[in-house]
Amino acid sequence: MTNIDEKMTASAVISATLDEATKTDPNLLVVTCDSRGSAGLVPFTNKHPERTVEMGIAEQNAVTVAAGLAHAGKHPFVFSPAAFLAMRSIEQVKVDVAYSANNVKLIGISGGNSYTWLGTTHHSLNDVAITRAIPDLEVYQPADKYQTKALFKYLVKSDKPAYVRIGKKKLDNIYQEDYEFVPGKANIVKEGKDIALIACGETLYSAYHAAELLKEDGIDAEVVDLQSIKPLDVETIAKLAQSFDQIITVEEHDVINGIGSAVAGIVAQYAHAKLTILGFPDEPAIQGPQDEVLHYYGVDAEGVYKKAKEILGK
Amino acid sequence: MNTLELKKKATELRKYTWQLIYEHSNGHTGSDLSCADILVALYYKVMNQTPENVGSPEADTYIQSKGHAVEIWYEVLADLGYISKKDLDDGYSKFNTPFIGHPTTHLKGMEFNTGSLGHGLGLGVGVALAAKMDGLSKHTYVLMGDGEQAEGSIWEAAMAAGNYSLDNLTAIVDHNDLQISGTTDSVMRSNPLDRKYEAFGWEVVEINGNDMDTVVKALSQPNTSGKPKLIIANTVKGKGITVAENRADWHHKIPSQEEYETGIKQLDAQLEALGND
Repeated sequence: MTNIDEKMTASAVISATLDEATKTDPNLLVVTCDSRGSAGLVPFTNKHPERTVEMGIAEQNAVTVAAGLAHAGKHPFVFSPAAFLAMRSIEQVKVDVAYSANNVKLIGISGGNSYTWLGTTHHSLNDVAITRAIPDLEVYQPADKYQTKALFKYLVKSDKPAYVRIGKKKLDNIYQEDYEFVPGKANIVKEGKDIALIACGETLYSAYHAAELLKEDGIDAEVVDLQSIKPLDVETIAKLAQSFDQIITVEEHDVINGIGSAVAGIVAQYAHAKLTILGFPDEPAIQGPQDEVLHYYGVDAEGVYKKAKEILGK
Repeated sequence: MNTLELKKKATELRKYTWQLIYEHSNGHTGSDLSCADILVALYYKVMNQTPENVGSPEADTYIQSKGHAVEIWYEVLADLGYISKKDLDDGYSKFNTPFIGHPTTHLKGMEFNTGSLGHGLGLGVGVALAAKMDGLSKHTYVLMGDGEQAEGSIWEAAMAAGNYSLDNLTAIVDHNDLQISGTTDSVMRSNPLDRKYEAFGWEVVEINGNDMDTVVKALSQPNTSGKPKLIIANTVKGKGITVAENRADWHHKIPSQEEYETGIKQLDAQLEALGND
């Protein structure tokens, strides 16, 4: 699955990719909310102080100011923990960014359960639900460093508002150096015939490793990287729904209106496939180290593996 | 335009606004009439902005944070040729119209969608900050309401404007002391605004916001303070029409036929007194 290249955090990849983009984009800015350290942007902000707009711990205003900057021709990337950006600032995202078509890129750092023991205030288990419900806002969740780099190269060129959720982990590399990001396109990461596992971002690894475990039991699982939550790859999902009897989605997100719901909306329209949505239940989430919490809710590789076996009756 | 001509223009546009609201039974009457003099001063005297250059790097930017007072802005933009007066009169508040009850970027001259209160000042900070970065001489004007001052986002923006010493940003508070539920002091006391904004790093002036000469002077005076400027424009909600003046319930009240006719007579009398021919 993985190649031997060095693993990197998404934020390190983003900092380097945006640094590279400054060579061709004189208007690129990063807007931070006392978040340059946690966003891994210090290399960028030290090198480009004139491209750094510090808004202090004021996420609502950061989004609104970024909209003003974008209107004036700048290309701002706003960095803030996903928990704050996708909830505290969401009305600013709706009105000043999406509704007003201002080219602001919203980068939700430390998404999902990444803040571990810091607790619910810092977890973003609803950000996909909220952002994907806003018209004219693209929503992405990259996994490895090549995908993150390709996504950000796309974002630098795109004039559309977008929300991106990233996590904190150094992730294995699934893709190759030459990976090109295509909005609205899901990727078949591993082909299979017995069951389809759909995920994106960090839970793509849960699906992938689960497929490896299933293989040992003679079950051939297909693994699909959704990557583009909005626009959604309706065609690919519809095909999966027609080709497979069983589909599992895996997300580090509340089961309400995350990627499982997005996929369900397509599956229900196009085919007979039964869909199982794995995610955080609609209850106050248990707290603790991320991997243990993901295991508890069955969204790690073992959880996906067990659920697939159970569904297939094997 | 001289002061007299500006006064006439403000009165004429109040009349059009009153007509528009009456004929379509929709609008924020008191709020429109309150800030008419400020809009006229900005558009006909102070701002470097035309239908041709609006939105360009050199043009001044106007952001109406108190988006609900959109009818007076429509009339200004129609009068100056940004938008069609006929389209406005025909389409206002109709199905699938761009002329809705809050500003939208579908219409020339409206650079931002506003209406949700507390956003305009932050948008202005963004535009003014970009102008500083690009070495542009353009100025950004933001009109806010006084009830709106309860929005926390305004104070985030006020802090940022002070922090970045945005002397190319002028905010005006249409300070009519009334909001939908009553006086601002009874709903949520934002006064004294001067001391609050000064503490946030602003230059503050307080004026009679319905006195054209004073409004023009306050808006035209070069800002040499090195700080963003706040103009507290003390105004009368519903200004110009007796039945609507200083009445919170006229925030979005629609005149009856009798009230409408009386209002028109009063505005005509004001125009006549100003020497309308």
